[in-house]
Amino acid sequence: MADLVSYVIRKMLLAIPIILLATLIVFLMLYLTPGDPIIALAPPHASVVELDAIRDKYGLNEPAYVQYGLFLWRLVHGDLGISIGAATRNLDVSDLIVQRLPRTLELMGIGLAMSYSIGIPLGIFSALRHNSLGDRGVMVFTLLAYAMPSFWLGILLMLLFAVELGWLDIAGTTGGFGSIILPAMTLGIGNAALTTRMMRSSMLEVIRQDYITQLRSRGLPEREIIYKHALKNAILPVITVIGLDIGWFIGGSVVVETVFSWPGIGMLITTSISNSDFPVVQGCILVLAFFVIAGNLVADILYAYVDPRVRLG
Amino acid sequence: MSGKKPVLEIRGLRTQFFLREGIVTALDGIDLTIYENESVGIVGETGCGKSMTAYSILRLVPHPGRITAGSIKYKGSELTTLDPDLMRSVRGTMISMIFQDASTALDPVFKIGSQLGEVISLHQNTYEKGELEKKIVEVLELVRIAAPKEVMRMYPHELSGGMKQRVMIALALSCSPSLLIADEPTTALDVTIQGQILKLLKGLVAKTGSSMMLITHNLGIVAETCDRVCVMYAGRIVEDAETFELFEHPKHPYTAGLLTAFPKLGEKKAELSVIRGTVPDLMNPFKGCPFVDRCDNAMGICSKQRPSRVEVSPGHFVSCHLWSGGESPDGG
Ligand SMILES: Nc1ncnc2c1ncn2[C@@H]1O[C@H](COP(=O)(O)OP(=O)(O)OP(=O)(O)O)[C@@H](O)[C@H]1O
Ligand code: SF4
Ligand SMILES: [Mg+2]
Repeated sequence: MADLVSYVIRKMLLAIPIILLATLIVFLMLYLTPGDPIIALAPPHASVVELDAIRDKYGLNEPAYVQYGLFLWRLVHGDLGISIGAATRNLDVSDLIVQRLPRTLELMGIGLAMSYSIGIPLGIFSALRHNSLGDRGVMVFTLLAYAMPSFWLGILLMLLFAVELGWLDIAGTTGGFGSIILPAMTLGIGNAALTTRMMRSSMLEVIRQDYITQLRSRGLPEREIIYKHALKNAILPVITVIGLDIGWFIGGSVVVETVFSWPGIGMLITTSISNSDFPVVQGCILVLAFFVIAGNLVADILYAYVDPRVRLG
Repeated sequence: MSGKKPVLEIRGLRTQFFLREGIVTALDGIDLTIYENESVGIVGETGCGKSMTAYSILRLVPHPGRITAGSIKYKGSELTTLDPDLMRSVRGTMISMIFQDASTALDPVFKIGSQLGEVISLHQNTYEKGELEKKIVEVLELVRIAAPKEVMRMYPHELSGGMKQRVMIALALSCSPSLLIADEPTTALDVTIQGQILKLLKGLVAKTGSSMMLITHNLGIVAETCDRVCVMYAGRIVEDAETFELFEHPKHPYTAGLLTAFPKLGEKKAELSVIRGTVPDLMNPFKGCPFVDRCDNAMGICSKQRPSRVEVSPGHFVSCHLWSGGESPDGG
């Protein structure tokens, strides 16, 4: 146990430089993107002097490294700056994000849960009936589900369930349970396909192992061999990618939230980009980057925790 | 021999692998009987079918292989056609096996105690936690594992090769089988541990009154451990006799070759690979004797007709045309 704690601490320390790098990239974004956000802020026909005054107010006349230092300093105090978008001018970026974050987490949580509750059983089913008709059907499904772009799938699902059948709400604004199913499904289906394939190949690999034959040689019931021994071994690589899936889901949620007008961080990013609201875009991307890094950390820790063979030293 | 009851009787066993490139006949008509309370050694070069014989007995031949002919009787009941559920109850309870490679033989994600506990619960109907733990400790002590309480709480990767092998033996013994198949139980280990493990096995088999089928490359091990020996070559048993008889009066040219390659009784390093030439390809069916390309005594008939199994002296069987007439080659 002490091993595990020190392992976790070491992994966390290693994440610090990566987080710093993310902040640097986000900071530099301001310089690398075309368009001057100050123009958007200034009153129409503002003079050069007026523009300069605004730059001063936002600290944009300081040298870049001073600006970065200030940026970091405010960051550790939870200050992500203030919005410069027309509708949200002068509101704290952190407040805007805190408002939206739960919706994104909710969407991702349900999407993840859906993808595992579909992918894991389907993968096991497929592996145990290797090369049967059912197995092939599952493989075709995963191929389609994985290849389909999520915005397209989202639109198809919306047309079918909401417009044609009228079973579910079309867009996320109503916020009820019915409204989260379609976006969560759209978000989760690609990962469900991926999980199915991973689970299947992992299971196929495990049931060929010597120790499975050995268990049979001792007369253990087949049920116990498959659902206790094979499953525990086969599921290890699958659960350890949960952390990596979080990164995938974050990318996907930007698209899915936009398609379904789901009021989360993803949509906040798209609207802020079109409003040239740089501080909000920066803040959102930082938060998402933080989640990706945290996801990777979770993956590492989970792996060490569930697999006794991972050396913690 | 005649007073003993057979535990296992194999007749004409054939096991084949159906590959895309063709059919591999791994076992081609094995006849083998194992009696109560005896240890039978199976020797032969790598690939001759020793492990496949064991897998066939337990009906665990890996895909794409399967038993295609012959009969395997355990105390009179046929195993090859037994219902899968009944077959499962034969495994462990009646016949259990120690596999060739202990390093991959334990489930890596369960602790030793849990893997042993599972087998003991199943075969000895022990479920109460304290009693189960007592039995686990007992069997670990039986195979001479020091600090069994700690080993119980370890995962397989935390054990050395010798320890894993002992755990494997403990697992096989927890089933208390009437026939124990040990497939090269010591090859992976260094010589001192080899000796210990063999002594242990021999002692345990004697104590429980079960029979053992010991598969090995090593004639020294056979000489020390087994009552009877079967020599296998290219999927067939070419000669079998009581150990002393076989070492003193080998009849088959292959056995004779093995014994000349084997310097002296008791030396442990002798491996069976010194006879000239190579084993035949099991994918190409051959009509005659599989040893013909390597045999100094080969005759015209040898490549045309399969030699049948004859009893040259009581309990001493050989499959070779030199002996088909029932007389010795230099006496005729
Ligand atoms: N999966 C397989 N596919 C095809 N042929 C196989 C397969 N497994 C075994 N065989 C065939 O069965 C033959 C016997 O194999 P077996 O494992 O019984 O040899 P062995 O005598 O135990 O050798 P070793 O001393 O190396 O353990 C091999 O020569 C090989 O041709
Ligand atoms: S049958 Fe012929 S080839 Fe085969 S071992 Fe006997 S003498 Fe040699
Ligand atoms: Mg073998």
